[in-house]
Amino acid sequence: MKQLSIFIENKRGTLLAVLDALKEAGIQIIASTISDTQDFGIYRIICDDPERAFIVLREQSISATLTDVFAIQLEDKPGEAARVLSLFAEADISIAYMYSFLLSGKGILVFRTSDTDRTRQVIKEKSLQEFCS
Amino acid sequence: MIWNPNKECMSRDEMSALQGKRLHKIVEYVYHNVPFYRNKLQEMDIRPDDIQTIEDIKKLPFTTKKDLRDNYPFGLQAAPQSEIIRVHASSGTTGNPTIVGYTRKDIGVWSECMARCLTAYGITRDDTFSVAYGYGLFTGGLGAHYGVEHLGASVIPAGTGNTEKHLKLIRDLGITGIACTPSYALYLAETMDKLGITKDQIKLRAGAFGAEPWTESMRKEIESRLGLKGYNLYGLSEIMGPCVSYECQEQNGSHICEDHFYPEIINPVTLENLPNGQSGELVFTTLTKEGMPLLRYRTRDLCSLMTGQCNCGRTSIRMGRIEGRSDDMLIIRGINVFPSQVESVVLSMPEFAPRYMLVVDRVNNLDTLQVQVELRQEFFTATFDTPAAIDELEKKLAAKLKSVLSISAKVQLKAPGTIERSQGKSAHIIDKRNL
Ligand SMILES: [Zn+2]
Repeated sequence: MKQLSIFIENKRGTLLAVLDALKEAGIQIIASTISDTQDFGIYRIICDDPERAFIVLREQSISATLTDVFAIQLEDKPGEAARVLSLFAEADISIAYMYSFLLSGKGILVFRTSDTDRTRQVIKEKSLQEFCS
Repeated sequence: MIWNPNKECMSRDEMSALQGKRLHKIVEYVYHNVPFYRNKLQEMDIRPDDIQTIEDIKKLPFTTKKDLRDNYPFGLQAAPQSEIIRVHASSGTTGNPTIVGYTRKDIGVWSECMARCLTAYGITRDDTFSVAYGYGLFTGGLGAHYGVEHLGASVIPAGTGNTEKHLKLIRDLGITGIACTPSYALYLAETMDKLGITKDQIKLRAGAFGAEPWTESMRKEIESRLGLKGYNLYGLSEIMGPCVSYECQEQNGSHICEDHFYPEIINPVTLENLPNGQSGELVFTTLTKEGMPLLRYRTRDLCSLMTGQCNCGRTSIRMGRIEGRSDDMLIIRGINVFPSQVESVVLSMPEFAPRYMLVVDRVNNLDTLQVQVELRQEFFTATFDTPAAIDELEKKLAAKLKSVLSISAKVQLKAPGTIERSQGKSAHIIDKRNL
């Protein structure tokens, strides 16, 4: 699925500008996370219309890009996230980054890997359930 | 074509000998005619006879813009007023203008050097040449004008007013050459578009552009829009006016009329001479001037000098493009840093927008340099969606900066469009050190 990645300068108001732009456009954010360093951060968003959100942000001169990530719906039992990740580790696929969120009581694991094609293959083979926004 | 092969293609040894002879003469001349220089030389215990070869120039004192201002209006004039036939004044942004008086011989040298420039641009007596520099106290208009007349081409003293009428003349008279500022050339192109005149309707072939800094991309734009070849024309009123150096058909550095204007490149802080090829402050000594001769005048223009015979056949030393002004120089941890150096690095990496800001501070008694750049929107792609990937890019820029500046700089990435476009020289420097 498409994730919106946004370059955020560590300065007051920049995050708000992004959120305001998306609000104006009526885009709903489903999940988000920030990965940051001292100077800047990458704000990652899962939303209901990533393509339109991308255009809206670009129009506001906000640096954004669409990234292919995977979202796996987890079964509601302990150790589920670890089990899913171990499947990729076994297949020698490394995870670039990962975050999770809850939607209607269901746990969703979002991640980007080093090899998109093989990740897709593992998902198919192991019958993992992909989440679609 | 070469106007004066005797001088422009002289062997290096002959040129050095000529320069040495002329330097001795000019030092003797100012020693006896300009109290300012006599006092300076006496303080340094230098007598004119101590200066015999061009190498001896390193013993001489420098002259600065401030010296000209302090000696306003005629303090540095060497010739008696009765010998002065023309006076130009350069606009000073602060205080007094710089007054420069020329003798009849000076005007002759100026015209001769200007004819060398025009010939290098391919202009001959068969051409019709329009001078669109300002006529008046500024040296551009009259300087170029006399050169065209001396060469024998027909001069059209267009000046800078009434661009539409000027364009009509360019078209109807079949004007083939023009001298103006590069920005005026672009304005001409815009006016042509407005009037519906195409470049096929005009015969302009060569443009002599100077009096303001310009870039290679401006050259390309002017050349394609006006359908001519654009050449650099360098000069400054303190030394003479336009004619000091000129590009040839090779468009690779400007040949200096070094039998009249001796160039040096110095480190603007230590004032040491720098080897050819290295960038620094350009310094000129007028070797033949009578009205207001200057010894080692610091132009504050930064550039480098190139030696070696040019493909055009001229042997004279060439100067590269003006890279900036020495006034912009920063001293960080004892190292000289020019914004233009940072600019060249930033421009070499397409990931960054052509804008930057230098932030200098002092933390725990140590100078720090931060270089702010913008990551171009179109380069922020899926590859860059981790901080590590952006860090990598920052490190690449930091390493390039370190190799050019010799000091390390911290790179700070800014969001697109947040660094102000530079307007003038100090617009891209924030110095918080309160020195
Ligand atoms: Zn040449």
